[in-house]
Amino acid sequence: MTQRPNAFSQWPDARGRFGEYGGRFVAETLMPNVLRLEAAYEAAKTDPAFLKDFDDFARDFIGRPSPLYFAERLTEAFGGARIWFKRDELNHTGAHKINNCLGQVLLARRMGASRIIAETGAGQHGVATATVAARFGLPCVVYMGATDIERQKPNVFRMKLLGAEVIPVTSGTGTLKDAMNEALRDWVTNVKDTFYVIGTVAGPHPYPAMVRDFQSVIGREARAQMLEREGRLPDAAVACIGGGSNAMGLFHPFLEDESVRLIGVEAAGEGVDTGRHAASLNGGRPGILHGNRTYLLQDDDGQIIDAHSISAGLDYPGIGPEHAFLHDSGRAEYVSATDAEALEMFQLCSKLEGIIPALEPAHALARVRDLAAELGPDGLILMNMCGRGDKDVFAVAEHLGERL
Amino acid sequence: MNRLSAAFARLKAEDRAGFVAYVMAGDPDAGASAALLDALPTAGADVIELGVPFTDPMADGAAIQAAALRALNAGMTLKGVLKLAAGFRAQHAETPLVLMGYANPFHAYGFSAFAADAARAGVDGVICVDLPPEEDAELRQALAENGVALIRLATPTTDDARLPRVVADTTGFVYYVSTTGVTGAATGAAAEVGAAVARIRAASGLPVAVGFGVRSPEQAAAIARAADAVVVGSAIVAANHDGGADAALKLVSELSGAVRGA
Repeated sequence: MTQRPNAFSQWPDARGRFGEYGGRFVAETLMPNVLRLEAAYEAAKTDPAFLKDFDDFARDFIGRPSPLYFAERLTEAFGGARIWFKRDELNHTGAHKINNCLGQVLLARRMGASRIIAETGAGQHGVATATVAARFGLPCVVYMGATDIERQKPNVFRMKLLGAEVIPVTSGTGTLKDAMNEALRDWVTNVKDTFYVIGTVAGPHPYPAMVRDFQSVIGREARAQMLEREGRLPDAAVACIGGGSNAMGLFHPFLEDESVRLIGVEAAGEGVDTGRHAASLNGGRPGILHGNRTYLLQDDDGQIIDAHSISAGLDYPGIGPEHAFLHDSGRAEYVSATDAEALEMFQLCSKLEGIIPALEPAHALARVRDLAAELGPDGLILMNMCGRGDKDVFAVAEHLGERL
Repeated sequence: MNRLSAAFARLKAEDRAGFVAYVMAGDPDAGASAALLDALPTAGADVIELGVPFTDPMADGAAIQAAALRALNAGMTLKGVLKLAAGFRAQHAETPLVLMGYANPFHAYGFSAFAADAARAGVDGVICVDLPPEEDAELRQALAENGVALIRLATPTTDDARLPRVVADTTGFVYYVSTTGVTGAATGAAAEVGAAVARIRAASGLPVAVGFGVRSPEQAAAIARAADAVVVGSAIVAANHDGGADAALKLVSELSGAVRGA
């Protein structure tokens, strides 16, 4: 694609900024590492051997390309636009997360790192990192909030089976942000041999751009598949957003397709008005955390407020800086869905499509329902089914009052 | 001459290293914090670093993070920190006071407003842990306009290629983080610290204070022989939590005594 000046897809700039967001807000100890990582990634991303490695493992180990699936019964039930799912929940390990882990671990090998660390919220990124680390024989340490460990026990066991060491984080509220603090502390302490695999499009530059690039395989495949199956681009591409990696991966290849609305769905928890939510764009304001300037949930004093969502994967008080940029520029729209809506969609999608979605994409589905009605039968919606719900069945059963 | 330069000039005249005491503002509450601050100069602190509490202090270890959360739970804010600073300054005309914290509370306050209010409160310098030279222009300019020093951190990973950039706009002194790691972790070997201090002094022409991981009087004395000042934080914060202000001040006396005797 020829790039127009001021194209949305040209970001970040040389300082790692997406407009006024992004950057490299890390302690001096980490700066040399962050700069070294940037140089290594810049070299790798145009190296045919690196890209071939990524494509080969994406095909044989992850199972790409993931299918595009016409959700016929949900289309009927919602009575409007045709709904297509990009089936990234069929990836090895059950979510989109592994696309990025594969890319970063391949880069870690190229850089000669001998140790992998990661943070995880729902456990999907931890499992995916442990999986790829196991494949390449690299020791792996995963930081996970104690609260999340409690609500995602099966994933904790998976990581252990894969040979990773899971370290519970009890500081703060024991969720994703605290796990990220702890992983950053590890990285500060072990800068020489350790590669930090960040799980979302946040953190210091080059992470937001690098994670987006690895996840963009979702949007590239989906764009080609939509053209093949429907003969045209979708009217809207929809994805859920915690940190925003699956959404950024879906959106990026569509940024220059002006006819395609890009819609991100944040977790409204008990409601954006209640203060108990994880909607950084809809209920936060710009600040600095975890290496980047972006929208954050924070109080008047700049202290970070804990996010709340039924979905551990969306339970983060920030959002990737590129989303902050796309939000301010108006290129993408950001809406939200509550815990209750996600639970409803979790059950509806299971019954109607035979697909148990993760709670994260169940949020996206709630807004797909409205959008289907808005666009009508001629409309075409592409939604990223970014994860499967097996990990959530215990938590959902509890919410529904069922004892397993 | 500003208070930081004057303090380091005095130390040079006395031919000894200085002792920098770090305490967390508002831990366990504003009143106790004010009393502890007031007693630090007499106990032997040549410079005071006052921690600005933040919910997510990524470069700090367990002791300081816990102190920050205690302070926040007791209602401390950046405005409250500035009030503590002003209270201290009203009683102590000479001892330099440096705020150490993370970018987001300063950003939320507004860098310009913060710099002006810090100067008004008698703050002499600011260390912002997560603003590396690449990102600190806005805060640096605001502080410079108000005559407040921006003190940067140099670390063992700051190599010769990078060091000139790190020290270029630093004023007051350079804070050398003697180990890669969080606050309170093991300190670097004294010989390595000596070499690093010499390198930074040559590059910056400024005094070099060394911290991160200094806990005992013996360690403090060893660092004092190589550096212009020794910073102790986690150990004082932990003593204050475990044994109250008396325990913290006793430790400050011991540490500063060791530094003076080195």
